[in-house]
Amino acid sequence: MTNAASRDGYGSALIKLASDPKVVVVEADLGKSTKSQLFRKSHPDRTISLGISEQNMMLVSAGLATSGYKPFASTFAIFTERAFEQVRNGIARPNIPVHICGSHGGVHTGTDGSSAQSIEDLAIYRTLPNMTVIHPSDDISTEFLTIQLADMNSPSYTRTARNKTPRIYDEHSVTKLQIGKGAILTEGSDVAIIACGVMVSKALQASDELKSQGINSTVVDMHTIKPLDHELLTQLSDKCGCFVTVEDHSIIGGLGGAVAEFLVSNMPCPLERIGVNDHFGESGQGEELFIKYGMSVEHIVSSAKTVISRK
Amino acid sequence: MSNKVDINHQFDVDELIETAKRCRREIVKMTHRASAGHPGGSLSAIDILVALYKTRLNIDPESPKQQNRDRFIMSKGHASPAVYSILYEMGFISHDDLNSFRVMGGICQGHVDMKWTPGVDFSAGSLGMGLSFGLGVSLAATMDGSSRNSFVMLGDGELQEGQIWEAAMAAVHHETGNLNVIVDCNRIQNDDFVDNQLRMFDIASKWRGFGWAVMECDGHDMREILTAIEWLDSVTDRPAVVIAHTIKGKGVSFMENNPSFHGAAPNDEQLAIALEELK
Repeated sequence: MTNAASRDGYGSALIKLASDPKVVVVEADLGKSTKSQLFRKSHPDRTISLGISEQNMMLVSAGLATSGYKPFASTFAIFTERAFEQVRNGIARPNIPVHICGSHGGVHTGTDGSSAQSIEDLAIYRTLPNMTVIHPSDDISTEFLTIQLADMNSPSYTRTARNKTPRIYDEHSVTKLQIGKGAILTEGSDVAIIACGVMVSKALQASDELKSQGINSTVVDMHTIKPLDHELLTQLSDKCGCFVTVEDHSIIGGLGGAVAEFLVSNMPCPLERIGVNDHFGESGQGEELFIKYGMSVEHIVSSAKTVISRK
Repeated sequence: MSNKVDINHQFDVDELIETAKRCRREIVKMTHRASAGHPGGSLSAIDILVALYKTRLNIDPESPKQQNRDRFIMSKGHASPAVYSILYEMGFISHDDLNSFRVMGGICQGHVDMKWTPGVDFSAGSLGMGLSFGLGVSLAATMDGSSRNSFVMLGDGELQEGQIWEAAMAAVHHETGNLNVIVDCNRIQNDDFVDNQLRMFDIASKWRGFGWAVMECDGHDMREILTAIEWLDSVTDRPAVVIAHTIKGKGVSFMENNPSFHGAAPNDEQLAIALEELK
């Protein structure tokens, strides 16, 4: 299986979007890391460098968007949070189509340590009216979904990951993806595993392990956290009757929180949430941290069995 | 079409002064009616707004969203009564709309909001954001090859927000000669005098230090304001800022230089006195 980082898909999407003369890239110094630099190299005339100033970046992007441009603004996920109120008041509230990309999301970011590991971005942006929040699982789906964002007339937040993980899609399979619709990757009726980002590949590995033990699972790549695919969750509630959510994010407020809110209000059923359990990260290899924090394939398998026993 | 207007003081200054007086009356009436709002910073800003809207901005009340319009960005969005009063004078909104200030469902929101009010180009209310927005609008105009200009009004207390200086640096880096700033320097912020809250020292030298072209003027002298606007247009190689020295609450004796009227409305008795003074 090929390994790839979703941030590379963001960079390649910008290159493909460049044929639209209204697409502009806005940077706060980290283009080398977020991969927006690919666009800068080929289209310096439509790349706006603002230095290390995330608050400024958000409102400059809003000004560009109200003048007919389609700004794609990126920095690390954690540093977008520094400008949360700018996103709230300056972008989401007036519903201005600025597309924000936060790279290096999650503890999988690794050795930079907790200051660089955003584990709350999905939660905070999900609270904002008008915002679309996506967290694709690999480079190919990131490219495909980012290109879809350009046609939206409302703002978005995309989280990408720094490190390579197994590629989920190919050029053919990715074409079925649609913002707001979860993608079913494997089907089974014992348990539904809802995952996003770098955890989708872990969920698939867990599904294989469960199958070898006679347990059939449905795995969903829930790349869109908001709007959440309620229709799919409703179907899976009927079919499987229990859920495990898996995310490289706090278990509070992100994918697990969103799924829990929907289920408890509509069709209460057992749910186990895998994610960072209300603590900060630390330096280490991403895979090491997943084991330490209870987010490994084995933990997903174990949670699946637990949740089935609770049915 | 050039957006530049040759001012040359050909305007009827007396009429501009009269317009500002009418606006001042609406400002105190609006805040009184709502029992809320920010009269002080509206009264300090209104002479500048009247001059800009009446003599400089290329805008059309029949077509508030025309692509090539100049943009006025009121970053100190709590001075919304000043904006609404001049938008009424310009024909963007009706007198009934003024009555909807801070009323549920009304188009005149507590802080200026582009989603609610025709003629408003920026949703403000959180200080420090308007200059960045104006920079984005100015960069877009440059990329479009358009001669449209952006005029951003900031407060002097607002300059305490760090984002202002992020934008100030970036505007100079990008040489946005079409970005114009006016600081309504009324020396009072929410709680008290700026000098008691956080001294700003020499504001003009701060902007100069960031590389901006700087001019100072009396923000209540209509001729000086017109000269300052003319000067803003003359600076095309870099962003320019006018430090307009103003009096908070200007025109109403008991509001002038009184921090209590930053965010407090006049009561019935105070309204009567204010309207008498603004005859």
